[in-house]
Amino acid sequence: MAGLTGRMSTVVKAKVSKLLDRAEDPAETLDYSYQKQVEQLQNVKKGIADVVTAKKRLQMQESSLQQSVVKLDTQARQAVAAGQEDLARTALERKNVAQTELQGLDTQVAELEDQQQKLTDSEQKLRAKIESFRTKKEVIKAQYSAAEAQVRISEAATGVGEQMADVGLAMQRAVDKTENMKARADAVSELEAAGTFDDITQLGGGEDDIDRQLKQLSSQPAVDNELEKMKAELGQGDAPAPVAPQISAPGGAEQAQPSESGEAG
Amino acid sequence: MIVRISGEGQYRLADSDAERVDELRRQALAIVDSGNEDGFTDAFAALLDYVREHGTLLGDDELEGSTVILPPADFSFDEAGREFTGEGLIPD
Repeated sequence: MAGLTGRMSTVVKAKVSKLLDRAEDPAETLDYSYQKQVEQLQNVKKGIADVVTAKKRLQMQESSLQQSVVKLDTQARQAVAAGQEDLARTALERKNVAQTELQGLDTQVAELEDQQQKLTDSEQKLRAKIESFRTKKEVIKAQYSAAEAQVRISEAATGVGEQMADVGLAMQRAVDKTENMKARADAVSELEAAGTFDDITQLGGGEDDIDRQLKQLSSQPAVDNELEKMKAELGQGDAPAPVAPQISAPGGAEQAQPSESGEAG
Repeated sequence: MIVRISGEGQYRLADSDAERVDELRRQALAIVDSGNEDGFTDAFAALLDYVREHGTLLGDDELEGSTVILPPADFSFDEAGREFTGEGLIPD
């Protein structure tokens, strides 16, 4: 914090004085400074657009995972109803992993939402200050001698400069958060690409790599609980299994039928 | 004096408040240096609250340099501990 409280002011002041040192003509300094400010404002807008893009990517993954959760839940129920416990367990393991990823994405989308809001607020403040600078520079040009103008320019430039540094900080924090999120988004993409959340009726025979990874990724107690709950709900053990669509067991020869949700395949 | 809370805005405070602001700032700083994460949140909040309560928010169109610049309200202990490079965006 020592760095921030002390150094942020110092950095702004140093940049302003560098700007003034170079200036021979105050009017030129003012116009140059204003031009640069407008350019920076464009960069801020671009930064906000990047945050929005990152957020949209996460939201698309969210909705795709939500669909997978519904689908896998349906398939697990069908498997339980058909007395195919192994298959039900596989579906629940996948659902469990998808739900965990979904929770992580929820948090991250909310964080990005927050960063976006802060950046937008900051951008509006910066825009107001730049507009104010534009008005002030014309007044300074018209009313002050070169020596007096230096002082006025310094004040005005510091006012805008600080706000720019402020937006810069908000931007940096947003970028840091976005970077962290890319890692998770990539991880989810990899799981998706590996077929982790695919239709379990498409499973081939035996336990494949995905299943082995899933066992490690998913919470087995949670999977056990849910399986027991599902069995109880469906009256397993007490009553004969209700008539349900047949789902091919891993390694089974039966042909899979489309699931009730119509999302199979 | 003018105090900026990053990400929030600038507050104008009476010069007589400077001593108290500095005192609260030093306290928060000492906690960061001592590595006590628990105390940091409270100390930092106390500093920001003092500024908000005793200051008047400057308009967005006012162009003034700040006497003190404080970190954003959601500044974490980790961030406070890291060396802040403070790269501003004002044109070189």
